[in-house]
Amino acid sequence: MNNRNIVLFIGGLTFGFGLAWGGMSKPEVVLSFLQLKDYGLILLMGAATVTTFVAINIVPRFVKEPLLGGEFKPRTRTLNRNTIIGAIIFGLGWGLSGQCPGSALASLGIGNLPVLIGIAAMFVGSYAMGRFFG
Amino acid sequence: MFPLGIWPYITGGLIIGIGVSFVYILTGIHSTQSSLFSTTMSYFSKIPYFQRKTYLESREWRLYFAAGVILGAVIYTLTVSPDGWWTTSVQVWRLVIGGLLVGFGTRLSSGCTSGHGISGIASLSTTSLFAVITFILFGIISAQLVTFLGVLP
Repeated sequence: MNNRNIVLFIGGLTFGFGLAWGGMSKPEVVLSFLQLKDYGLILLMGAATVTTFVAINIVPRFVKEPLLGGEFKPRTRTLNRNTIIGAIIFGLGWGLSGQCPGSALASLGIGNLPVLIGIAAMFVGSYAMGRFFG
Repeated sequence: MFPLGIWPYITGGLIIGIGVSFVYILTGIHSTQSSLFSTTMSYFSKIPYFQRKTYLESREWRLYFAAGVILGAVIYTLTVSPDGWWTTSVQVWRLVIGGLLVGFGTRLSSGCTSGHGISGIASLSTTSLFAVITFILFGIISAQLVTFLGVLP
C-alpha cells in the first residue's frame, strides 16, 4: 500500500463516516428529501461543497502543489447531450430507490445487506453503458 | 422542512468535505464515487472503453477509497450510531431497477452526487451545475411518482 492509497483510504473512511453521520446511508433519508419532506440533503451537500470549494480554490493560492506530488486542477467536464440524458436517468433511479453510488457503499457499512443487490445492479448498469454506448 | 434538525446534515457534510479536501490537498485527486464502477470493470473487460488510460491509472486507488467509505460507515455504526446495524425497508425490486438506472446514468453523465454535486460544483463547473439541477429535478419527479402510485417508503 503506497502513500497515495493510504491517503485515499483515510479520505474514504472520513467520507463514509460523514455519509452515515448525516443519515445518507439510509435510502429512506434520501427519499424523504426527494419526497420533499426533509430538505437536509441540500444542507449536507452544501456543507460538503463549501468545504471542498476552499480546498480547490483557496488552498492552492498558498500551497503550490499537492503535498505528495501531482497537480491542483479543478474538476471540469464538457457539457454535452450525454451529461444531461445521463443525469435524467440517474435521477429517475435515485428517486425510485434512494440510492446513489457513495451512499450505497456507506449503506453496506451500516449493515444494510440488501443494498449489495443495488450495488451489483449499478455495476451491471455501468457495464451496459460502457459496452453499448461508450 | 427539517424534522430531524439541521445539525446532523451540516456536520455530516463538513466531515465529507474534510475527507474530500484531505485527499485533494495531499494528492490533487478528486475523490469521487461513481467512476469506481467503470474503473473496476477494467479488471474484467477487455473492451477499449474500460481499458482507457485514466481508468487503468485510477482503478487501484478507487478500490482503496471505496473500502474506506464502507469501513467509515462500519466505524460509525460501532461507535456513535444510535441505531446499530440497520436494514432498509425499500423493496428489492426498487434497489435493482434503481441501481441499474443509477449505474447507467451516472456513467453516461460522467458524475454523480459526489462527482458533479460536491467536487464539480466546488470546481465552479457549469456542466456539473446543470447535471446536479437535472438529477435533483428528475429525482424529485421520480420519487413523487412512486409515492403517488402508493409505493412506500
